[in-house]
Amino acid sequence: MTAATRLRSRHLLGIADLDPDEIELILDTAVAMKEIGTRTIKKVPALRGRTVVNLFFEASTRTRLSFELAEKRLSADTMGITVSGSSVTKGETLADTARTLEAMSPDLIVIRHAASGSPHLLSTICKAGIVNAGDGTHEHPTQALLDALTMRERKGRLAGLKVAIVGDLLHSRVLRSNVLLLTKMGAEVRACGPATLIPLGLKALGVHVTTSIDEAVKDADVVMMLRVQHERMVGLFLPSLREYFTLFGLTPARLEHAASDVIVMHPGPMNRGVEIDSAVADGPWSVILDQVANGVAVRMAVLYLLAGEELT
Amino acid sequence: MAQATTAYVLKGGRVVDPRAGRDGHFDIRIENGLVAAIGKDLPLEGARVIDVPADFVITPGLIDMHVHLREPGQEHKETIATGTWSAVVGGFTGVACMPNTDPVNDSAAVTQFILKRAAEAGFARVYPIGAVSLGSMGDQMTEMGDLRAAGCVAFTDDGKPVATALLMRRALEYAGMFDVPIIEHCEDPSLKGDGVAHEGAVAAMLGLRGIPGVAESIMAERDISLAEITGGRIHVAHMSARQTMRAVRDGKSRGVRVTCEVAPHHFTLTDEALKGGAGYNTNLKMNPPLREEADRLAMIEGLRDGSVDVISTDHAPHHADEKALEFDRAPFGIVGLETCVPLCLDRLVHSGVISLSRFVELLSANPASLLKIPGGTIAVGSPADLTVLAPDAPVTIHTAALVSKSKNSPFDGWQLRGATAATVVSGRVLYTNPTVPGAEVFAAAV
Repeated sequence: MTAATRLRSRHLLGIADLDPDEIELILDTAVAMKEIGTRTIKKVPALRGRTVVNLFFEASTRTRLSFELAEKRLSADTMGITVSGSSVTKGETLADTARTLEAMSPDLIVIRHAASGSPHLLSTICKAGIVNAGDGTHEHPTQALLDALTMRERKGRLAGLKVAIVGDLLHSRVLRSNVLLLTKMGAEVRACGPATLIPLGLKALGVHVTTSIDEAVKDADVVMMLRVQHERMVGLFLPSLREYFTLFGLTPARLEHAASDVIVMHPGPMNRGVEIDSAVADGPWSVILDQVANGVAVRMAVLYLLAGEELT
Repeated sequence: MAQATTAYVLKGGRVVDPRAGRDGHFDIRIENGLVAAIGKDLPLEGARVIDVPADFVITPGLIDMHVHLREPGQEHKETIATGTWSAVVGGFTGVACMPNTDPVNDSAAVTQFILKRAAEAGFARVYPIGAVSLGSMGDQMTEMGDLRAAGCVAFTDDGKPVATALLMRRALEYAGMFDVPIIEHCEDPSLKGDGVAHEGAVAAMLGLRGIPGVAESIMAERDISLAEITGGRIHVAHMSARQTMRAVRDGKSRGVRVTCEVAPHHFTLTDEALKGGAGYNTNLKMNPPLREEADRLAMIEGLRDGSVDVISTDHAPHHADEKALEFDRAPFGIVGLETCVPLCLDRLVHSGVISLSRFVELLSANPASLLKIPGGTIAVGSPADLTVLAPDAPVTIHTAALVSKSKNSPFDGWQLRGATAATVVSGRVLYTNPTVPGAEVFAAAV
């Protein structure tokens, strides 16, 4: 496939819609964007005069801040709307909110929403480009892209990498986007979690599914830990957090069976002592803070490719 | 219901009426709204003559035993008048309506209101189905004797299952005194949880919470066991899962009085459709959900081998505003009355799964005998309720053109073969299909 020079869609709804060359394009663009963050004046005029709306229906700190910073570094005019879940009871539908925003002629709408498919609904209503910043348990494409950028930086490639993803597979949009991206790019994905938290049909995506963390971690180049949302897990899905850590927690001892240069990732926020031992989170394997830095670069790249094309 | 006063003869049409053992060309004489005679070369004096086009088929009036008319209480979705007109346009001369209205049809007063509104509308016949429990809350049994006397033909808490095994046992015993079936929306609530789509690879990919097929079959197995010990009649509504088909077959083979129905969307669509277009089309959200190919094929096999008794639509109108929501929040259900005949003729009859005779059993004879209501066959002296089919007429479904008050259908743009040409209730030609050449001859009977 010849290298892409632009994205084929005006939206980024999910990794599912991207071809491998588009993923490469976003990652290559992110490398250039990352350099901007090292300058004294961390700002370029690529999105000057463009309007970006950040529409967050779900609590989010890091993703929202990361998008805001990316927008500011590209000189976009931004508006942030954080709508609490209770706004639903005020009666305005997502479609009406979208139409209201649309009347202000934004170029891009970045949306985070608890319902899977909400960005897709917006894309059928709005003329603006839609960027999915996480929809329900469906996708979180910019997270997978920043994870890929981090892996590529550290390992020099994605193809052939052995990547273990461990945790709550059932409710994780990070898992879905990562599985889609990594399999498209030729990595080998092992997904591991308690049997109660493995979605039916995961194997069909070309993933090795296991309930043994040791099996998942063995010879892995990358171990990605997923957050366990313990407030809604204990009782129905898990007997206790103590047992979860015993069976699935990532410890230095378990990492000994991974590749010698293994890196450990986590999309955050971490539950220390639940899915990850502090010795690992703060240890030499951890690239968790690199992920945060790369998040800004990847989001700059996505925004630029979706809205900044004509300015170049 | 007002009756036609003049006599007319439908001449030379192909009549398919399995209960009467008829499949051939017969004349039907209709007088004062009743079937006066049926046979070859009937005398024509004193009657208008309608020459039925050669490729048309006359059947006993179709009956849809699973319809949500939404009145009283949800008239913004559908009314008894609009719903029964939608039925007539779809080829149905009778519908049985579900009790999950507001208020619930759990008292004779509500039943009488429904029947009064249906008579005022004067379209398809309406057979109310009463609730099993007061408010369908699963606690206290309704006055089934009173409801039966008022006109209810079956009992159900549809929309949800009968809450406990004990209540279902009592309902089967009590309804058994009137020999009417309990219709069950089979779904284990704990397995369903807050699921919105079939649990499988597609839901996993789309990040939608799943409803496993066994949520349906487990409840069906409970009810079949209870029907077995009580001798009551259980009817499994809108069956969707292959495991449920197996449970029903097992029950039938043991002699349990169990019957079942399948809706057209469950033998024409799978959850794969959820990935189409921009994705997350809420007109593909219904309960039970669209399942996977193995389930769809199990429904087809049941239709073919006789294990399925009835095709019903589960016509569930919802306002466009209610469907224009996030997939999680949109209500379950699609309209079905006007798309059923083309889907069944195209996907079942023309594709060779079933014969026209079996089509009539599934859509007329069986629902009539199951509910012990008139019709299901064309009998001299009975009201002339007839459906005229144009099995080869091309149909393109335009949801915007549906006469139902709601347009929530996933079949927009589908091109199918087989249409309703005309619908006759009590001898009155209530509908002739303007898109079917030749159908206009039936207007002469009006």
